[in-house]
Amino acid sequence: MSKRIEVNDLNVYYSKFLAVEEVSLVIEPRTVTALIGPSGCGKSTFLRTLNRMHEVIPGAYVTGDVLIDGNNLYGPGVDPVLVRRQVGMVFQRPNPFPTMSIGDNVLAGVKLNNRRMAKADADDLIEKSLQGANLWKEVKDRLDKPGSSLSGGQQQRLCIARAIAVQPDVILMDEPCSALDPISTLAIEDLIEEMKSDYTIVIVTHNMQQASRVSDRTGFFNIAGTGKPGKLIEYDDTTTIFSNPSIQATEDYVSGRFG
Amino acid sequence: MTLTKSATAAPLTNSLTAGKLPRRTSLVVLLSSWLVTGAFFFVLMLSGATEGFNGVATLFFGTIVYCVAIYLLSYFVEGVRKAKDRLVTALVTVAFVVALLPLFSLVITTLVNGLPAFLTPSFFTQSQRNVVGEGGGALHAVIGTLMITGIATLISVPIGLLSAIYLTEYGRGRLARAITFFVDVMTGIPSIVAGLFAFALFSLLFNDPGIRFGFGGAVALTVLMIPVVVRSSEEMLKLVPNELREAAYALGVPKWLTILKVVLPTSLAGIVTGIMISISRVIGETAPLLIISGFTASMNYDLFNERMMTLPVFVYTQYANQGADTQAYLDRAWAGALTLILIVMLLNLGARIIARIFSPKLGR
Repeated sequence: MSKRIEVNDLNVYYSKFLAVEEVSLVIEPRTVTALIGPSGCGKSTFLRTLNRMHEVIPGAYVTGDVLIDGNNLYGPGVDPVLVRRQVGMVFQRPNPFPTMSIGDNVLAGVKLNNRRMAKADADDLIEKSLQGANLWKEVKDRLDKPGSSLSGGQQQRLCIARAIAVQPDVILMDEPCSALDPISTLAIEDLIEEMKSDYTIVIVTHNMQQASRVSDRTGFFNIAGTGKPGKLIEYDDTTTIFSNPSIQATEDYVSGRFG
Repeated sequence: MTLTKSATAAPLTNSLTAGKLPRRTSLVVLLSSWLVTGAFFFVLMLSGATEGFNGVATLFFGTIVYCVAIYLLSYFVEGVRKAKDRLVTALVTVAFVVALLPLFSLVITTLVNGLPAFLTPSFFTQSQRNVVGEGGGALHAVIGTLMITGIATLISVPIGLLSAIYLTEYGRGRLARAITFFVDVMTGIPSIVAGLFAFALFSLLFNDPGIRFGFGGAVALTVLMIPVVVRSSEEMLKLVPNELREAAYALGVPKWLTILKVVLPTSLAGIVTGIMISISRVIGETAPLLIISGFTASMNYDLFNERMMTLPVFVYTQYANQGADTQAYLDRAWAGALTLILIVMLLNLGARIIARIFSPKLGR
């Protein structure tokens, strides 16, 4: 189910501004990859290129290749909608649809695409997805309540349930815990650990402890200065990045001596 | 025990306290200001300087005296910050009351003058056909207003809403800027121009220099309504957070379904309110309908044939062409105005209910 991601010489632009320069890396299936680095270095921008969410912003485009199991996301004739059905995304701020109930939020990927589903199948999918997101026990008695009635941490897990309900191969997470308290963060980190067996996960985080806790591989992004493009400085096993990085800037950043 | 002891031992005043006027001071000061000015005008009346007691002047000058008095009183007791606060509170409240006065006056005048004819059973069952003097009704005008405004809404809501969707979701560059500009220009069109436009259009199309029919009126109202719908819907669509659109895209939902199933439902309450405001804006239009729909005393259910009466034009004709029994015509004019106000009120209530049903739920 999970897939291998290969990025070759990727440049990301906002109109004329080069935001991320020359990224090449390989993400193996069933692993958690963390992207760390200072603010504005292009981690989120890079993450959004992995499911073509980047081009939602007017004037944004990329050059280079992103291959998912050999299929180029940026090849001619590729439909971004089909890409996004395989590569799910969880955002920084929990964003359940305010007009929908908890159950409908989980089914959003199905319902919004006008696909019909038998009631029993829908109930199964809701239960399976919510259990996958460790939320089932908390909300099973109030599936018809609005999604915004949940706490922030629960909302974020609802968004994860919504993302896995469409059965993607890859899940991208853009600082999923930065708006949450430590207990909700722990719940989501545990969840990432469990989901690793089924999905390829890429997570952007500002929290280096989180990166070292949850990830197998870590990429460190950095920029030379304001207005300069972000670069992938080092990409290696998480243990290597945090204990024995080969580049000085990485060591400075992970040990907190940066800047 | 220890508490009382320390309190007696160190009789320090709390440095955080400040002077404070008693709770009902503002009310007492307001009433006494009115009493004082009232007494002044009472004396004026007794001395013969004014004819009768001048109640309006009492309230007016009494309120001014109150503003000054509460400021000074508060200044000496509570200090300058509180005094300013009380003064501004008084001014803001006065502004609010002044803004509401014309509304109340209007509603009360219309009710008082309009109710007699409004309550006659024939008012909603008969037209004005063959009526001279008393009696008859405004059924033809009510029907005409509902039909013409209904058709205008049916035409302008799809056009306006789709333009708003284009402007917020798709429009970039010159075309979008041009549309926005011309929509703004259209908002300022005098309604008579819209009427003349519709009249010119249809009299040229059908080669009939004296053309009058209901649908033309609906077209004239559409010209006035579209810009209001576009502007209000555009503002509402812009309020939908981008995060929701991105959340839908990330689930593999195409753009058009995202707009249809996420953006529109989220902003539906505001859009409905905007549409209702635009209906209220055109339902009372007189000039364009006078030109292109004309006026008649008879029932007419056919939008495409013959003149059609509407409520604002009904009010105008009753007032402008008073017959022998002047009072009956004036009563009907007021009753027509009252009906119009009630229709707008009912539409607004309906919009509130719709908005309540569809707005995003936040309940726990």
